[in-house]
Amino acid sequence: MGVEGIGARVARKEDKRFLTGKGRYTDDMVVPGMKYAAFVRSPHAHATIRSIDVASAKAMPGVIDVLDGKQLLADGIGNLICGWMIHSKDGSPMRMGAWRPLADKTVRYVGDAVAIVVADSVAEARDAAEAVVIDYETLPVVTDLVEALGEGQPQIHPEAPGNLIFDWEIGDAGATDQAIAAAAHVTELKIVNNRLSPNAMEPRATLGIYDAGDDHFTCYTTSQNPHLARLVMSAFYNVAPENKLRVIAPDVGGGFGSKIFIYPEEIVCLWASKRTGVPVKWTADRTEAFLTDAHGRDHVSTVKMAFDSSNRITALKVDTIANLGAYMSLFSSCVPTYLYATLLSGQYAIPAIHANVRTVYTNTAPVDAYRGAGRPEATYLLERTMETAARELGLSPAELRRINFIRSFPHQTPVIMNYDAGDYEASLTAAMKTVDWDGFAARKAEAEGRGMKRGIGMSCYIEACGLAPSAAVGSLGAGVGLWESAEVRVNAVGTIEVMTGSHSHGQGHETTFAQVVAERFGVPIDSVNIVHGDTDKVQMGMGTYGSRSGAVGMSAVFKALDKVEAKAKKIAAHLMEADESDIVIENGALKVAGTDREVPWSQVALASYTAHNLPPGMEPGLKEGAFYDPSNFTFPAGCYICEVEVDPETGQTKIVQFVAADDFGNIINPLIVEGQVHGGLAQGIGQALLEGVHYDKSGQLLTASYMDYAMPRADDLPSFKVTTSNTPCPSNPLGVKGCGEAGAIGSPPALINAITDAIGNNELTMPATPQKVWAAARAIS
Amino acid sequence: MYETNYHRAASIEEAAKLMGTVAEGKYLSGGMTLIPTMKQRLAAPSDLVDLRHIAEMKGVTVDGRAVRIGAATTHEEVATSAAIAAVCPAICGLASHIGDPHVRHMGTIGGSIANNDPAADYPAAMLALDAVIMTDRRELRAENFFTGLFETALEEDEIVTAVRFEAPVKAAYQKFANPASRYAMTGVFVARRDDGVVRVAVTGAGSSGVFRHQGLETALSANWSPAAVANVTVDDSDLLSDIHASAAYRANLVKVMAKRAVAAA
Ligand SMILES: Cc1cc2nc3c(=O)[nH]c(=O)nc-3n(C[C@H](O)[C@H](O)[C@H](O)COP(=O)(O)OP(=O)(O)OC[C@H]3O[C@@H](n4cnc5c(N)ncnc54)[C@H](O)[C@@H]3O)c2cc1C
Repeated sequence: MGVEGIGARVARKEDKRFLTGKGRYTDDMVVPGMKYAAFVRSPHAHATIRSIDVASAKAMPGVIDVLDGKQLLADGIGNLICGWMIHSKDGSPMRMGAWRPLADKTVRYVGDAVAIVVADSVAEARDAAEAVVIDYETLPVVTDLVEALGEGQPQIHPEAPGNLIFDWEIGDAGATDQAIAAAAHVTELKIVNNRLSPNAMEPRATLGIYDAGDDHFTCYTTSQNPHLARLVMSAFYNVAPENKLRVIAPDVGGGFGSKIFIYPEEIVCLWASKRTGVPVKWTADRTEAFLTDAHGRDHVSTVKMAFDSSNRITALKVDTIANLGAYMSLFSSCVPTYLYATLLSGQYAIPAIHANVRTVYTNTAPVDAYRGAGRPEATYLLERTMETAARELGLSPAELRRINFIRSFPHQTPVIMNYDAGDYEASLTAAMKTVDWDGFAARKAEAEGRGMKRGIGMSCYIEACGLAPSAAVGSLGAGVGLWESAEVRVNAVGTIEVMTGSHSHGQGHETTFAQVVAERFGVPIDSVNIVHGDTDKVQMGMGTYGSRSGAVGMSAVFKALDKVEAKAKKIAAHLMEADESDIVIENGALKVAGTDREVPWSQVALASYTAHNLPPGMEPGLKEGAFYDPSNFTFPAGCYICEVEVDPETGQTKIVQFVAADDFGNIINPLIVEGQVHGGLAQGIGQALLEGVHYDKSGQLLTASYMDYAMPRADDLPSFKVTTSNTPCPSNPLGVKGCGEAGAIGSPPALINAITDAIGNNELTMPATPQKVWAAARAIS
Repeated sequence: MYETNYHRAASIEEAAKLMGTVAEGKYLSGGMTLIPTMKQRLAAPSDLVDLRHIAEMKGVTVDGRAVRIGAATTHEEVATSAAIAAVCPAICGLASHIGDPHVRHMGTIGGSIANNDPAADYPAAMLALDAVIMTDRRELRAENFFTGLFETALEEDEIVTAVRFEAPVKAAYQKFANPASRYAMTGVFVARRDDGVVRVAVTGAGSSGVFRHQGLETALSANWSPAAVANVTVDDSDLLSDIHASAAYRANLVKVMAKRAVAAA
C-alpha cells in the first residue's frame, strides 16, 4: 500500500468543494432564458379529476404556460414504469396500474402531480399554481397496507383487483411446514417494519433544456444513475431517443435510494421545455420532498422459526405484506422480493425456508428502495426472531447464534443466495469484546441503583451487494443488466482520467476510485480525476445503489487498468529494449525487474502519444475501457451490539454503547468506510428510535415537515465503536464487498433487542418512541 | 412566500404608526415562527414591521429581585444573562434549551409569548412566575394574557414591549422535548415564593395551551418536595393527544417533569 493507495486513510478529495460551498448541484445550474416550474399537486389522496381550469393561472404575471396531463398524453409521453417483472405464484404477471407523469383522470395520493406552471420566477410559478382551478370528485381512501387487501376497500387501480399487485413466494412450502410441525420449539412473532422518508439533504431538482436547433434535450437531474435515467426516458417515456437526450447528474446531495428512480418531474420539465421553448427548472421544497420522494420499508409480517431439540433452526416461514403506495416506482417490485426474501437465511444454516410476499396499492406516496432496500426488513425480522427465540429457549443470544452459524463456504441457502465467504464467529467475538459483554451484568446492576433499566441486544446481519450477475438478475425479472463500465484515459503527461458509470452522491468515489489508480501506477491521487454523472462524457453505466460501486464499479476500473498496464509495459519494454514480462511498476516508474533501468510513468504516457517509437504495429495512445459483470453478489456481514439505558418514568431511551463489527472484505479507505458505517448507523437508529411516516385516514401526510418527522440528531447518537474483521471477497478482483448500507441494515434489531431486554417486554414496534417504550414497560410491571 | 413589504421601526411609536398605515400588516421579531409560516404560504401579510431594532424593547434590567426583559431580547441574551442568572437561573436554563443556536440568536421572548404556541417554553415561565406582560398600551397578568392555542389577549396591532416579574426564591423548568420538533412535548415550570406559595405551569400538554395545575400547586405549597408530587392526580381529559404522545402519556410526563423540576429547583 502506498501513502495514497489501497487501504490508505486518505481524506476525501471532494470535501474541499463541498465544505467551502463550491459544490455544483442541479439547482445551481443557470442557463440563458431559463424559467421556473411549479407543480400543481393533488390535495386529495384519491379523487377523480372532473375538470381543470387554467385560464386565470395563465393570466397571472410572469406566467409563460400552464400544461396539464391531457396535453402530455396527446404528445405521446408514456407512463412511468416499474422495471422489474415479478410473477405471482400462480404464474400471472404483476398487475401494474398506469402512472401518468401528470394525472389526467384520477389522482391517487396527496402530492400526485396534475399540472405544471412555467413562469419567470419561482414565486410567480407558485402563485399561478394556486390559481389553477381543479374540480375533484373525491373517492374513498385506504392508506394502511393490511386494510387495503380487505373486503370492500377502495379500488385504487383497475388493473389490480383488491389492490393486490402480486402474491409471490420463494422456497419450499411443504418442507418448511413439515419441519415446523415436527419442531421441538417454534418461535412466532408479528413484525412491523415502519415506513420511512428518505430525507436526502438536497431535495430533488431538475432542469430540462430543449434545443430546437438540434432537436436535442439536456436533462440536469438529481440522479444516482444518469444513464439509467436516459435509458428509461428514451425507451419507455418517449421523451427522446438516447442520442437526442443528454442526462447530467452533477453534484448530488445524498440519495439513499430515493434518487435511483425516474420521477414525473424530470419527464414533465423536458416536455414542458419543448412545449414552451424555454429551459425549465424545478426544485422541490422540503414539503414536496416529504410528499413525493419514494418512501421506504412499510412491511407487516408474521414469522415462525422452528428449532430441533438441540436448538438448531430447522425451518423459517414468513408471510409478508408490503406497501408499494399509489404507483409502482422503478424498482419497487424487487425490493420486497429478491432483495428481501433471498436474505432470510441470515448468517444461519436453515434447511427449509418459505416466504410469501403480497404487495399492495394504497393511497400513499410510492414506496421503493431506501438505504438497504429489503435487506433491513429481512434482518430486522430475522434478528428480532433470533433474540426472541434465545429468550424463549433460555439461551444467551450469542449462544443461539453460534449454534446456528454457517461455518463452511461456499454455502447455498434455500433462497437463491450462494454465500461465498465469511467468518461470522469472528465478527461476533470482536463485537462482544468491544462492548465488554461480560461486564454487562455489573453495569446493569449499577444502573438499577439509579432507577434506570439497562438492556443489551445484538444483531448478526448479512446483506448482499452488487446485484449480479446480469444473466441471473435478468432471469429473475430485472429489466436491465447490472454490470458496470469504466474507461481509463491516460493523458500525454501521465495524469489520468477515469470515466465511470458509478455515480457519487456522498460516497467519496473521487477519492477511493483514485486510490485504486494510485495503487496501480504509483501516481498521486491528485493527478487522477474521476469523471462521472454525464451521459455525454461516460459511455454507459448503471449508477450507484445497493452498495455496488466498490464491488462492481471499481472492478470495472480495475479491469480497464489491467489493459492500460499491459500496454504501458509493452511500451516500456520497447523503450528499454527489455522483455515485457520483466517490467514491474514501482514508485511511479516502469522498471526492468532486478536492474536499475527504468522509465518514469509520465514518459511512457508521452511515448504512447508522440508515437515516435512504439512497438511495431501498436496503435498510439493510452486509453482503455472495460465492462465488468460480476459472477456473484458480495456478502458483507457483521455483528452489531447495542446497549441502552431506559428511563422507566418517561420511556426515554439513551444509547450508551453501539458497537459495529463488520466484514466488508478488503478495504480501500478505512476513513471513508467508517464514515459510511456511521451514516448508516445513524439512519438505522433513526428508523428504530425516531422516524416514521404517518398518514391519517383521509390520506393526508401528518409527517410532512421536521416538526413532526423525527430525524436523528447528533445528540441522539452515541460515539460509535466500529471495527472490522475482514474476509476478502473471492468474486471480484479487489476482494471488496461494499459498506454503504450495512449500518442501516444491521442496527435496528440490535437497538430494539436492547430496549426489549431492558424493559422485559418484547411487544414493541419501531420507532421505539418514549411513549411506546413507557407504555410497554408499564404493561409488564 | 408571497410578496411582502418590509419596514424597520426605530421606536414603539413608529412601529404602531406604520402598522396603522398598511393593509394587512404583521409585526416581525425574530421571524423564527412568522417567516417559516410565510414560506409555507400559510400567512400572507402585505407588510412586515420589524421590531428588533427598537432600543427601548431590548435588553434586561434586574433591580433587586425585580426582573424586566425587553420583548425584543433574544433567547440567547436571556440564556447568557448573568444578571438574571443571579436571581432566577431557571429562566436562563429554559431559554438555553429553546430550539438550536440559530433560533436562539434570532427568536425573541416577545415573539414567543405573542405567538403562544401551545408547545412553547416561555409561556410556562410567564404563568408560573406570575409575570406581567407589558404592551404599548397596558399591562396584563400572564393569567389573563394566554387565552388559548396560539391565542392571546393582545388586541389588533398591540405590541408586547416587555415582561416583568419578581424572581421567586425557588424555581425550575423541566422540559420533555418532542423528539421531532424539540419543542416541549410537556414542560413544567415550578416557582415558589418566599411565603411558600407555589405556582406550577404546564406547557406542551394542554389542549387549550399553557395552564396552571391546581393539584400540583396545592400539594407543593403544603410540602415542597419531589415526593409530594406522587399522590397528585393529573386528569388527562383536557390534554393533547397526537402522533407523538397520547393524553395519558402526557399526564404521566406532567408529574414526572414536576417532580424533577422540584428536585432541580
Ligand atoms: C427550528 C425551531 C425550533 C424552535 N424550538 C423552540 C422550542 O424548543 N421552544 C420554544 O418555545 N420555541 C421554539 N421555537 C420558536 C422560537 O422560540 C421563536 O422565537 C418564537 O416562536 C417566535 O419568536 P420570534 O421572535 O421569532 O417571533 P416572530 O416569528 O417574528 O413572530 C411570531 C408572531 O408574533 C408576532 N409578534 C412578534 N413580536 C411581537 C411583539 N413584540 N408584539 C406583538 N406581536 C409580536 C408576530 O407578528 C408573529 O405573529 C423554535 C423555532 C424554530 C424555527
